[in-house]
Order: sequence, then structure tokens, then C-alpha cells
Amino acid sequence: MALFEFLDLGPHAAFILWSYGICLAVVIGLIAWVRIDRARQEAALRDLEAQGIGRRSGARTQA
Amino acid sequence: MALIDLANPTRFLSLSRALLPWLTGLCVLAFAVGLYMAFFVAPEDYQQGDTVRIMYIHVPAAWLAMMCYSIMALSSLGTLVWKHPLADVSAKAAAPLGAAFTFMSLITGSLWGKPMWGTYWVWDARLTSVLVLFIMYLGLMALWRTMEDPIKAGKAAAVLTLVGALNLPIIKFSVDWWNTLHQPASVMRMDGPTIHPDILWPLLVMALAFTLLFFVLHLMAMQNEILRRRVTALRQRAAAIRPATATASVRSAAAE
Repeated sequence: MALFEFLDLGPHAAFILWSYGICLAVVIGLIAWVRIDRARQEAALRDLEAQGIGRRSGARTQA
Repeated sequence: MALIDLANPTRFLSLSRALLPWLTGLCVLAFAVGLYMAFFVAPEDYQQGDTVRIMYIHVPAAWLAMMCYSIMALSSLGTLVWKHPLADVSAKAAAPLGAAFTFMSLITGSLWGKPMWGTYWVWDARLTSVLVLFIMYLGLMALWRTMEDPIKAGKAAAVLTLVGALNLPIIKFSVDWWNTLHQPASVMRMDGPTIHPDILWPLLVMALAFTLLFFVLHLMAMQNEILRRRVTALRQRAAAIRPATATASVRSAAAE
């Protein structure tokens, strides 16, 4: 009964569902953007470290 | 630990790493409670019926659009006045988020306007000034990308951001200064909210959820920007050591 009431959003239900759907898509897009960007930067850092190019502070710590 | 110690990017990374799981959990919880209240607790509006439920995403998105620009303006002051090392990182990370929230506000507003006003769009003061805000966000994002040196880009973007901050009071008071189709303020008023608590509380919970979402994404984007600058610095060091072979790497880093 609660689910049926949830779906019964009146004569303008399409506007309500489209609004929430677009917002969900935008939020998912934002989350995907930060996660993909993070993965890209971490991969680049790993590549540079593999080539022996590290941060000067890292070298001082090890010394 | 003094406040200035938080300006250290490495310290910021470790602090944000500790904070993010908690913020994320609170954000998910707030959205769960807010959406439940929006659909199962809040009543219909006596005039708008169920269409009022669009308010629970439209209004928080609009608030966040303005809050994000305010944060960018404060960050710009940090860049220009105090030369805070993380200020322009904060501003650059916030711009795409602000653009996204403004976009959500415009789209949900249009979808709310069609059944309520009979039109998706009117060129009234509120809608037009929010559209200007959206264009400003896009302009700032483009400015960041056109300048290779992030420090110079940060200063130019900071000046533009502060000039654009004039739009914020225009957006806020547009419904009072001009004869607009958009309704006047109902929550943030000198004489208090005029919305019934049954509708106000779900709105405030959703606003909290959106705010937590912004802070989670902002912290993550700031972390990414710090890592990006580290990558660029390391590639420049590599180019200095091996100029012939590293030139292509530096060009690709600059293009990013």
C-alpha cells in the first residue's frame, strides 16, 4: 500500500520523477568525476615513482 | 596545532582522509531520512499538490549553488589577501560542484514551473540572475583550464570570482527588488519562515544532506587537485633532469 501511494504522485508525477532522476544523474556524475580523477592522479604518481622520480620530502625522510 | 598548520597540503590530505568516511556516512543517512520525509511524511501542498515535492531538491540545490560561490569568494580572498596555499585549490575544486548545483536548481525549477506557472522559463530577475551564476561558474572553469600556471590562474580566477560575487545579493533580493514570477523568500526571512513545519523540516533535512554532499565532494576534489599539482611538479623535475625525453611528459601534464 505504501509503495502504491509512493507511486501516486498526482497528475504531474512525470515532472517530479524527471526532477529527481536528473538530480540523481548529476550527483552520480559528480561522484564518478572525482573518483575517476583520483584514480588518474594516483596512477600518474605511481608511474613517476616507478621511474624513480619522487618527492624531495620523501627523500629527506628516508635519509 | 595552529590554524595555519592546516594550510599544509600533506596535513590537509591526512586530515581529510580521516574526516571523509564520517562525512560520507552522515550524508547518506541525511539523504535517506530526508527522502523518506519528503515522500512519506510531508503532506501535499494545498495548492500545488504533490508537485511541491520538487521543492525538496530545488531549494537545497539553489542554496548550495549560492553557498558554493560564497566559499569560492572566501577562498579568493584567501588567495589574494592571505596567500593561503590551499585557497586556490579550494576555489578550483568548488567551481564544477557549484555549476552542477546551479544546473540542478535551474532544471528542477523549470520542471516545477511548467505545471505551476504554465511555462518552463521566464526572464524574470530570479531566474535570469541564477542563469548568470551558472554562466559565471562555466567561465571560471574555462579560465582555470586556459592558464598553464595554476598560481597565475588562481589569481586571475580569484579576481573574477570576487567581481562575480556581486551577483549573490542580486539573486537573494531579486524577488524583493523586482516584480518577479518567482515567489518571495519563505524560509530565510527577517520575521522567520512562513512554511508549515510539516513541510519545513523535510526541506531542512534535505538541505543538510545536500550540504554534506557538497563538503564530501569538495574535500575529495581538493585532494585530487593537490595530487594533480604534485604530478605536475614531479614531471617538471623529470624534465629538468632529462630534458630531451621528458618534454613530452611536461606538455601532457600542462595540457591536463
